[in-house]
Amino acid sequence: MKTSNSQWKNRLAGQIAPGLVQELDVYENEVALRKQGKIDEKVFAETRLRRGAYGQRYDNGQRNDGKQTRKLEYPEAPTKGPNTLWDAPGMMRIKIPYGGVNAVQLEVLAELAEEYSDGIAHVTTRQDFQLHFVHIEDTPALMRRLAAVGITTREACGNSVRNVTACPIAGVCHTERFDVTPYASALTYFLLGHPDCQDFGRKFKIAFSGCRDEACALVRMHDMGAMAAMRDGQRGFELYVGGGLGTVPQQARLFAEFLPAEELLPTAQAICRVFARLGEKKNRNTARVKFLISKLGIEEFKRLVGEERQILAHDDRWTAYLKDIDTTLKEEPLRPSSLLEIKPAMPEGFAEWEKTNVYRQRQGGYATVTITLPLGDITSDQLRAVADISRKYIKETVRTTVEQNLVLRWIPQGDLPALYNELRAAKLATPGAGTIADVTSCPGTDTCKLGISSSRGLSGELRERLAEKQFVMDEAIRGLRIKVSGCFNSCGQHHAADLGFYGVSRNKAGYTVPHFQVVLGGQWQNNAGSYGLAIGAVPSKRIPETVDRITSRYLADKQPGESFQGYVKRIGKAACKTMLEDLMVIPEHDAAPDVYVDWADAREYTIGDIGVGECAGEVVNPIDFQLAACERESFEAQLALEAGDASRAARLAYESMLHGATALLKQRVPVFAEDGDTVVGHFRTHLVDTQLFHDPFAGAKFAQYFLKAHEKWELTVSPERAHQLVEEAQLFIEASHACYARMQGAKR
Amino acid sequence: MQHFRVKIFAQPVAVDFDPGPAIAVFHRWIQESELPELLIDVADYRHVPDGPGIVLMAHDAVYALDQTKGRLGLLYTRRSVDPAETAPARLQNALAAAHRAASLLEAEPEFAGRLRFEARSIEVSVNDRLLAPNTDASFAELEPVLRVAVDAEWGAGSYRVERSGSPRELLTATVSA
Repeated sequence: MKTSNSQWKNRLAGQIAPGLVQELDVYENEVALRKQGKIDEKVFAETRLRRGAYGQRYDNGQRNDGKQTRKLEYPEAPTKGPNTLWDAPGMMRIKIPYGGVNAVQLEVLAELAEEYSDGIAHVTTRQDFQLHFVHIEDTPALMRRLAAVGITTREACGNSVRNVTACPIAGVCHTERFDVTPYASALTYFLLGHPDCQDFGRKFKIAFSGCRDEACALVRMHDMGAMAAMRDGQRGFELYVGGGLGTVPQQARLFAEFLPAEELLPTAQAICRVFARLGEKKNRNTARVKFLISKLGIEEFKRLVGEERQILAHDDRWTAYLKDIDTTLKEEPLRPSSLLEIKPAMPEGFAEWEKTNVYRQRQGGYATVTITLPLGDITSDQLRAVADISRKYIKETVRTTVEQNLVLRWIPQGDLPALYNELRAAKLATPGAGTIADVTSCPGTDTCKLGISSSRGLSGELRERLAEKQFVMDEAIRGLRIKVSGCFNSCGQHHAADLGFYGVSRNKAGYTVPHFQVVLGGQWQNNAGSYGLAIGAVPSKRIPETVDRITSRYLADKQPGESFQGYVKRIGKAACKTMLEDLMVIPEHDAAPDVYVDWADAREYTIGDIGVGECAGEVVNPIDFQLAACERESFEAQLALEAGDASRAARLAYESMLHGATALLKQRVPVFAEDGDTVVGHFRTHLVDTQLFHDPFAGAKFAQYFLKAHEKWELTVSPERAHQLVEEAQLFIEASHACYARMQGAKR
Repeated sequence: MQHFRVKIFAQPVAVDFDPGPAIAVFHRWIQESELPELLIDVADYRHVPDGPGIVLMAHDAVYALDQTKGRLGLLYTRRSVDPAETAPARLQNALAAAHRAASLLEAEPEFAGRLRFEARSIEVSVNDRLLAPNTDASFAELEPVLRVAVDAEWGAGSYRVERSGSPRELLTATVSA
């Protein structure tokens, strides 16, 4: 903790908006009161979360060092939340509305990364910045320094409206209806701290896109998404609600084909009020707005929002911003436009970089340049370099992207070679933006409490391998996207990638082995127009080979003009799985110990506090086979779904859960009838009531999937319900593997 | 003056030098409680050019096989402060911690013969812009503190002290024999 913390308040007096000064004073007091034990830990946890101060891995004071789980002996202090130690380092999430950031903000981020973190600022998949390893007592000073340059961390985490994202080329794009930037900004500040947004059961994410067909801001996977639309010369939005990834991914549903711009803010407010009033509050696992919409149906949800809209008290802010809409946040170039002159002696590497990292704006003679950040990471020195460049070539028009990069807008095309040289000097001229080498990744096990496998370790490995190969790759391969999440929560947005991966684990002869589920055929374009489905789990160390094999087969077998999504759909998931089957086999520990260690790690892999058994080579327990059989049934359910047989898909999904539960129960109950009612009864008694099946973070969520499927079983189901059951079954089986690992841990 | 950072520069390494083995070394140091601080975790930033490299995060300090500005070195950053200590004592302790870690790293089998640190080439920064902005006045305050600490290690007058870094960067001095 810095002793200078208390001095920042005076140093920055007059530089922070009055309202924010008071907010931050209150927060600082709350930190002090919690340290004295005068605020309840749960209350303080939500308080800090709503200020962007998040927990981080090992903050419960325990860490497995590869040999044993050890207590981290922090000095005695109160907790900063349930099971979260005061002195354990945490993460600070910094909201960057629509990704817009200027030079002085970049410089302050550089300072904060150096002084409070580890010298790295991380761009997230929702256009935020994150700093890791931050001490809770440094957060008030850190927030004041951000506030002094116009950045708030308010509602960056917690059950609130999160960062409002937008297309990073809004305003310079060729295909947009209009620039969505000022609308995204207006909605951000209208909903920030709004009384109607303070009682959500879960977070609420909003995105804006200028057009329908590009990826832009991935509108279809957001709680609320707005695509620019025009009708009779009037601006408005095609509005979507209820999208989301996570454990049960759902495409957003159309709320309004055309919502006039002046209705955007009040409609969003009405949606928030309905969500706050009717959304689930007790069970966090079903508390996102997508579940409320599924429960009510989209038409009833629309009716309720319409009703709410009618009774809203008028607010001038709904339309006040519209009178200056064409001048607010309007960007201008610093330098006159110019065209790129191709000269014989261009800088080394310029051609490759220009091909992938330069987007010609619709404003003639200007370009938007992407700075590819490896895994979203940038150093303090590099942030300062970007700040300098943004002052020299443009009017500080920099944005973050959901692909964890930065863009510089309004670069005169004639300046591109000089700009490239300056970026190269700062080691920021890596080519390959938007290609297969530009891998997106959530923090995973590096810093996230929920991480199962090392998403960043894997992504770093893939990136390094693919960076070398990308210049000789076929364009069909080079244009694919890879996205990696450390767990099923999908922060790496793996559902929307051609090749997606999310972390899971498997057991072999008493050892736990890091794996990734392979998710193929998701769509990045069309604002995340469709999601991929899981094919099967492959050991983490076999994923690079998995990528090679899938891409090679695609290249060899694709029909002329066939997209990767088309290819996956044509050959079907069964063939995809067959393609990878040998890679899914876990080698014996002694034959390949490296497979039992995750990427960028040296410790033998574990999940949670499970000890590693000393039983390599022992006879395989029948449960391993039974769980594998469940996975097969789950996979068959996916195939049935793909074939349009919803009822069969639902039945198989349910049966896979039933058999998973049965397999686990056999570890606990010597003899029992294996009919559904009996299994459910025993499952409740031996695995749910004992909390043995509980996920350390998700609690009874996965158990409920099975119990509800049994309770509400119907022979005929809708394709939507079948899809949900199939997804839930997959997660139930993952949870069964984890439960089995816990059983082994308890046994050994 | 507090929150000192000390970087001990490495001698030139082979072009294909891989800092990756530091991951295993740092995990082992955690297992064996090799350093006096409470050691928490290891972070791998090899993918970031001229970045922090491999980081060993501790409660009171951060150790890194660092590659900032393209110069490999062992970087020690003090995070906590003992208010009872004088500034020279804080710097001396930081120097000692950095040297201890550098010596240990050199001796690890993963780096045997491939990683050597300069005996007398270090960089000292103060990681707090409010208390120590990178100004002439701050440097005038730092230099005597630095000389007290380095004299104790290397002997008086046997080295040069130069201010480095732009005003936006941390207050920094390079010290070389």
